[in-house]
Amino acid sequence: MSTTDIGWRGVAAVDVEEAEERERGARFTGGSRELLAELLRPYRSALMVLVGIVVVENGARLAIPSLVKVGIDSGIPPIRESGNVGPLGLVAGAVLLCSVVQAVARNRFLVQQGEVGQGVLYEVRRRVFRHFQALSPAFHDDYTSGRVISRQTSDVEAIYEMLETGFDGLVKAALTLVGTGVILLFLDWKLGLVALCSGPFLFLLTNWFRRSSADAYRGTREKVALVIVHFVESMGGIRAVQAFRREPRNQEIFDDVNDQYRLANLRAFRLVGLFMPGIKLIGNVTIATVLVYGGYLAYSGEVTVGVLAAFLLYLRQFFEPMQEISQFYNTFQSATAALDKLAGVLREEPGVPEPEHPVALDRARGELRFDHVHFAYVDGRPVVPDLDLTVPAGQTLAVVGTTGAGKTTLAKLATRFYDPVDGEVRLDGLDLRTLAADDLRRNVVMVTQENYLFSGSIADNIRFGRPEAAINDVVAAATALGAHDFIAALPEGYDTDVAQRGGRLSAGQRQLVAFARAFLADPAVLILDEATSSLDIPSERLVQEALHTVLAGRTAVIIAHRLSTVETADRVLVMEHGRVVEDGSPAELISRGEGRFADLHQAWLDSLA
Amino acid sequence: MTTGSLGPDPDSQPPAGVHSLWRLRGYLRPHKVALTIMLTTSLVGVGLTLAIPLVTAAIIDGPVADRDLSGLWALGALAMVLGVLEAVLIWWRRWVQSNAVLSVETAMRHDLYDHLQSLPMGFHSRWQSGQLLSRATVDLSQIRRFFGFGMLFLLVNIVQVVTVTAVLLHMYWPLGVLVAATAVPIVWLSMRFEKSYVVVSRQVQDEQGDLATRAEEGAVAIRVIKSFGRGEHVSRQYEAAALQLRETSLRKVRLSAKFWTFLELIPNLAVTLVLLLGALGVGKGWLTPGELVAFITLMLSLVWPVSSLGVILAMAQEAMTAAARINEIYDTESDVVGGTATIAEPRGRLVLEGVDFAFPDAPDEPVLRGVDLVVEPGETVALVGATGSGKTALTSLVPRLFDVTAGRVTIDGVDVRDLDLTHLRSLVATAFEDPTLFSMSARENLTLGRHDATDAEVEQAIEVAQAHFVHELPWGLDTRIGEQGMALSGGQRQRLALARAVLARPAILVLDDTLSALDVHTEKRVEEALGRVLTHTTGIVVAHRASTVLLADKVALLQDGTITHVGDHRELLATVPAYRELLTSDDSEGAGRSRLEVGV
Repeated sequence: MSTTDIGWRGVAAVDVEEAEERERGARFTGGSRELLAELLRPYRSALMVLVGIVVVENGARLAIPSLVKVGIDSGIPPIRESGNVGPLGLVAGAVLLCSVVQAVARNRFLVQQGEVGQGVLYEVRRRVFRHFQALSPAFHDDYTSGRVISRQTSDVEAIYEMLETGFDGLVKAALTLVGTGVILLFLDWKLGLVALCSGPFLFLLTNWFRRSSADAYRGTREKVALVIVHFVESMGGIRAVQAFRREPRNQEIFDDVNDQYRLANLRAFRLVGLFMPGIKLIGNVTIATVLVYGGYLAYSGEVTVGVLAAFLLYLRQFFEPMQEISQFYNTFQSATAALDKLAGVLREEPGVPEPEHPVALDRARGELRFDHVHFAYVDGRPVVPDLDLTVPAGQTLAVVGTTGAGKTTLAKLATRFYDPVDGEVRLDGLDLRTLAADDLRRNVVMVTQENYLFSGSIADNIRFGRPEAAINDVVAAATALGAHDFIAALPEGYDTDVAQRGGRLSAGQRQLVAFARAFLADPAVLILDEATSSLDIPSERLVQEALHTVLAGRTAVIIAHRLSTVETADRVLVMEHGRVVEDGSPAELISRGEGRFADLHQAWLDSLA
Repeated sequence: MTTGSLGPDPDSQPPAGVHSLWRLRGYLRPHKVALTIMLTTSLVGVGLTLAIPLVTAAIIDGPVADRDLSGLWALGALAMVLGVLEAVLIWWRRWVQSNAVLSVETAMRHDLYDHLQSLPMGFHSRWQSGQLLSRATVDLSQIRRFFGFGMLFLLVNIVQVVTVTAVLLHMYWPLGVLVAATAVPIVWLSMRFEKSYVVVSRQVQDEQGDLATRAEEGAVAIRVIKSFGRGEHVSRQYEAAALQLRETSLRKVRLSAKFWTFLELIPNLAVTLVLLLGALGVGKGWLTPGELVAFITLMLSLVWPVSSLGVILAMAQEAMTAAARINEIYDTESDVVGGTATIAEPRGRLVLEGVDFAFPDAPDEPVLRGVDLVVEPGETVALVGATGSGKTALTSLVPRLFDVTAGRVTIDGVDVRDLDLTHLRSLVATAFEDPTLFSMSARENLTLGRHDATDAEVEQAIEVAQAHFVHELPWGLDTRIGEQGMALSGGQRQRLALARAVLARPAILVLDDTLSALDVHTEKRVEEALGRVLTHTTGIVVAHRASTVLLADKVALLQDGTITHVGDHRELLATVPAYRELLTSDDSEGAGRSRLEVGV
């Protein structure tokens, strides 16, 4: 990375990873090689067939120049001597046959290769998506969604590119090189040896290109990523750009990355621009040499004109696939990097593993218990040192405290986004670690500020937790939360696509949909983590009213920094540094007159004045 | 505002033609010399491709047949020189070409970005950045490929095909006619293939996009999915989409397999016929053996130019479409054009007079109607209103992110539309509710509006916004934040946006509900610091909470797009029920009247 980058771009942890990738270069590390082998395993027999087809195809292709030779050397004399076209006809028939065989084999090869490639691609996609879903939120906290997405898009495509063009190119080049070499020696060993003298030069040139292009192509990939990120972000954030007169500075930065991209491309283009004519040069010199030497041999009667013709045709074929290798290295290298990254992701173990022999739990009563829970995100810096807490079934518990007091950690432990380092979290007396994810999630649901709506209709969003729910249930849930009126007023009611124009919802409306979603899922324990803080007061009031409906008959943990949310609670917990410092009913805590909750409450009353 | 000002529709294809590319010819002008070199070297290259087989023929028919050894050396040397020359010319062309076409592409991308930055919010709210990106990358590289490769070889290949065919006809016309005839199906097939290929490729692209969206949802909404235990459900949906993509991709594979098969079959069939008839001709003495070898070599040299002709024609078609898409953006002109006036010593008196406003894409749904508001220099007004009452729209009219549809906005008596746009936007700074962070250093994000701010000024702004957390980031102010860097919490993002606005030292500061994600304690500290800034700055504060309203000298209540009340907070609280409804959460109508209060 050049120093100009750091100026505006800043430093991030991924830079270190990129640097490591650069260090490793285009080599398969253990993981990626195993991954590729594993992905290809189901296709072992298909691959065998492919190899067979390729041999047949190339055999037919390579036979044609030889047949031309036979045609010239053995087909012409009979015509000259007796007008007998029989031998020539035979040869022509053979050429025709070879052409057809080659064409059919070629077609089979391309189709079957596509099937294998697409099959592998599907399997990679399936595995990676499921694995990302299985990995714990702790993993996703560090691994940004942007990276998750690029693993599943550009990396997967890089692998396909390799399977599609790379395999074909490599096999064809290898077979052509070997096959042509053997045929040339067979046709005439002296002339063949002369032609094969080009081999070392080809090897050196290709080797040089492989090394230098690896670096150049990585450069273009990195630079185009910079261009894309800057472009997308400036257009996506155009409101801030224009409001802050950012255009000139943005243009400056864009020109910089744009030019870096140009230079990186220029370097790669020029390498190809040197490699291609280099191959051509070796080819032409070889052809000229063969021509002179072959002409001399023909002159002295050692070879026939047909042999010379066949040589010239073979040499053309010999050098052609070499030109394509320049394309192939690029895809090979991208695929290696992609496989490495994917193998790395697939190696990640879920932080909260599924139990091997889960305890069945159909419908929980909802008693939640923290038994001497100790938890730390980083070793030695406990966020929750030793928490002992029982929430009886049906109780509504509010947790308040400053930022960093451990409230959200409490929620994440109760939903098993994380496992405690020590101690147990239990639902109805069962350790959460012994429950199957399905059972746990059906019984414990969390609603956060992140009121994410999936693309699709509002109804589908509400029934996200229970896809089999009938539309009546969906409407009932929305009505119970006071969301029915605004949904019914949308252009297509419950079928309105949230991503489309007219489906734009305000933050408050989105949050109501999120609540309806939780309500319809009907969990035994509901956890609300700052779920109402982004609402304005009328929406919040609407939600407060709805909460009475939602919370009836289930256990609830409400985490809030605004006291208005606490009103609905049976019991308040004040937390500080991961410890419970006050515990009691809201009335009790306030009536004490002093203490944190009473102070908070007073501050809150003042703010309303 | 007329619908014309909306600009083009992102989802429709603009009409394309040769004229679309012709309009971009200006970009080629600085590279005239390079283009000339490229054309010349290519044409000479065609000559050389032609000459080498002819030399071969000469060797076979001359020295070999006539037993003339000195002729062999001379012709051999000639073949060598021609071969080396061909390679050198290719190298030269590629060298010149890569420089020229990359410069052209870079220049076009520069202009595109420049133009896009100048287009108003009305345009950008209709175009997703992804749609614009595909123009800046895919379309531009298509044009680049045509300028650097397609355009050149369209000409060169035609020249080559015509010349070689002429030579073949001259050598032995019946075979020449035969070869010329095979070119027809190849060109036709290539064009037809390319057309259906484009269709299925587009479908694959669409399905890939769909799959990418699902991958994105799976990543962004991971916590929601986990909360509801729906991992299996979304995985199945994803797999169904991936299967669909696999089917479509296989269709694409089969289509191109068919094409490439025919592409190889046709010349091979021609070789068969040429061999048959040519050998017959040699036997009958109509042509020499050397000519037959040259004939076959030359004929094979035609395979690429002929088959690529179809591909190049299709490529030209694509380049025209791409050019039309680029031109479409260039043709969209900004309707938010700045005036020339500047205010030498801004005092910050902001007046809205009879302002009407509707978003450009929904002109029939007025957002603001007849808004009148006066904010004196140094005064701070709180805007209070329910969701959807038009508060954010109102604030966006001041820096002209959008323009009023009727009435006017003035600063110190000057209509904002008469002010120089850059000047206007230096007078007004907004801290948005949902702040945009760029994948850049924290410092670059902070100094968005004032790149030349000193460290002391940055520090001051951090102090006001209570954004000290930036110093605790791993690399301090140099830490990259945003999507490609450190993730910040909602409260941190808001404080950063606030610091950004304060740092711009505006005459008018707009705070669009900037404190909603802060906890009570932080909010209090921010408000104290902000209070000091606002004493000498004109302020507009969009507020949802009573605590924020207290920052203001007076309150304007916005209802259904118009200001119904202006006054003091306590006064409005006492006299306007709608206001009370908006700002007090423990209203007696609210269900579950605070058990807290019962306790007190």
